[in-house]
Amino acid sequence: MSTVPAGTWVEISRVILEPGQRAPNVPEDTARTPYVMRVSGWLLAPAALGQPARVRTLIGRELEGTLQTVEPSYTHSFGHVVPELLDIGTHGGRP
Amino acid sequence: MKRDTSYAAVMARKNEIMKASLGIDYDRYVTSPIAFDYERMMRDTGYTIDEIARIQRETKVGDTPLFELTRLTEEVRKISPPGKGATILLKDEAANASGSFKARRASISAYEAKQRGYAGMVAATSGNYGAAVASQAAMRGLKCIILQEVYDSQGIGQPEIVEKGRKCEAFGAEVHKLTVGPELFYCLLLTLEETLFFNASLYTPFGIRGIETLGTEIATQVRARYHRDPDVVVITHAGGGNLTGTARGLLEAGARQTRIVACSVDLTGLHMASDRDFNRKSFTTGHTGFGVPFATWPDRVDVPRNAARSLRYMDDYLLVTQGEVFFITELLAKLEGIERGPAGNTSLTAAVALARTLPRDQIVVVQETEYTGAGKHHNAQLSFARQMGIEVRRGDPRDNVPGQTIVIPERLDQVTGKEQSMDKLRLSYLKNAAKAWPVKKWTDADKAFLAADVKKDVAWLEAALRDL
Repeated sequence: MSTVPAGTWVEISRVILEPGQRAPNVPEDTARTPYVMRVSGWLLAPAALGQPARVRTLIGRELEGTLQTVEPSYTHSFGHVVPELLDIGTHGGRP
Repeated sequence: MKRDTSYAAVMARKNEIMKASLGIDYDRYVTSPIAFDYERMMRDTGYTIDEIARIQRETKVGDTPLFELTRLTEEVRKISPPGKGATILLKDEAANASGSFKARRASISAYEAKQRGYAGMVAATSGNYGAAVASQAAMRGLKCIILQEVYDSQGIGQPEIVEKGRKCEAFGAEVHKLTVGPELFYCLLLTLEETLFFNASLYTPFGIRGIETLGTEIATQVRARYHRDPDVVVITHAGGGNLTGTARGLLEAGARQTRIVACSVDLTGLHMASDRDFNRKSFTTGHTGFGVPFATWPDRVDVPRNAARSLRYMDDYLLVTQGEVFFITELLAKLEGIERGPAGNTSLTAAVALARTLPRDQIVVVQETEYTGAGKHHNAQLSFARQMGIEVRRGDPRDNVPGQTIVIPERLDQVTGKEQSMDKLRLSYLKNAAKAWPVKKWTDADKAFLAADVKKDVAWLEAALRDL
């Protein structure tokens, strides 16, 4: 597996609580899953995806986890057209 | 010495962590397990309302425009009985730095953190508050960490929350993106302990006092233009801060006759900590999943005593459906030429329902808007809902089933909302108080506090206790 160079903007993930360690009051479907955190930062030493990695965050803190994503980006959008909205408040309206 | 970071061990250190990170000794105000000196706690923040406004001006907060929604008011009058159809005004809070009223809430905390020499601030929130804290921290030169519930166990993120995470990073914050669960609070405690940063909790006196200027501005603006006080102010309700702060500001300005109407999106039936339900709701805040529990027991929060006490100020409570809010959000764009985020339009939806029942010469103020854009747009929400298997259709909004069906009204007259019984909420609050401390131990002072906390007198409380 190729190594990601130090200095790359990456996202790491870390299991904070395993399923057996979760808060006593969580619903059953949630209790079955681990409690996971992701955070982005600059990779401090070369690492491969899925391997332990250490990053420096935007505020300069150093955090450890598993290398999850290289150059994470935001792809959220306005979604697909929702035809049900189009004619609301218009002069025309659906034929 | 390495501290024990297990869930139980960190939760057990809650009080000492809170004290260090807030600089507030809540023990000074506590008078019994169910009562405390609320007004003294608020006063001890040490700021006058003018000082708050001045601090907020330094960081691009406040003095937002108040618009009359003339075309929407006209449309409401067309479907109202003769003589009805109050004028609807909109306080455009999207104009604050970070795009929502939450900037008011974060501003005093950031100022306070800076004054007291903290190096940074931490907040646990998936809402607009995170962006507000990050933005205010940026302007005060403070470091910022935001802890956010973003993903379900499949790694799928609600587009609105993903956008809010993006915004926090855009302001230079370190953003912890977490999966679903109440352990967000555990992470908050761990982070506070590790960093010694200021706890920018939503529920401190600083947070609530920062919102008071919203109430005073509304009173001042309405009086200047209409030469009277607003008859009704409609406030989206979740944790209670928006309502508490705005109502306190209105009272501070002397608008004592103004009715305070809360509203939330009805998400009855969905569990807020459920991994499955998480991505089956189109509103991440301003809904009954927060609104009802926080009204009926405000102290279920991340500080020892909550400064946001909604029942203390609330006169009525309206519930609206997701479909009704999406309809009104679309209508706002088409009739009034402004696009605003759907969550912020919850109170607008309730205001439309309410204006129909009120005389024409009355004034209903919608006290917030929020920014919109990719992810944080009703089209994005509906498209995502459909992708998650939710049925989306036009029809009668009474057919909405949270987590299953979103029914967008066919016509404006179908936007009616639904009244939530206030007495039911008040009784539920008393039941929670009784769980926290047995009724037989309640002193006269406790009873006076509890009565004031539900905007009633002691005679009402005594009568209610007989029915409990």
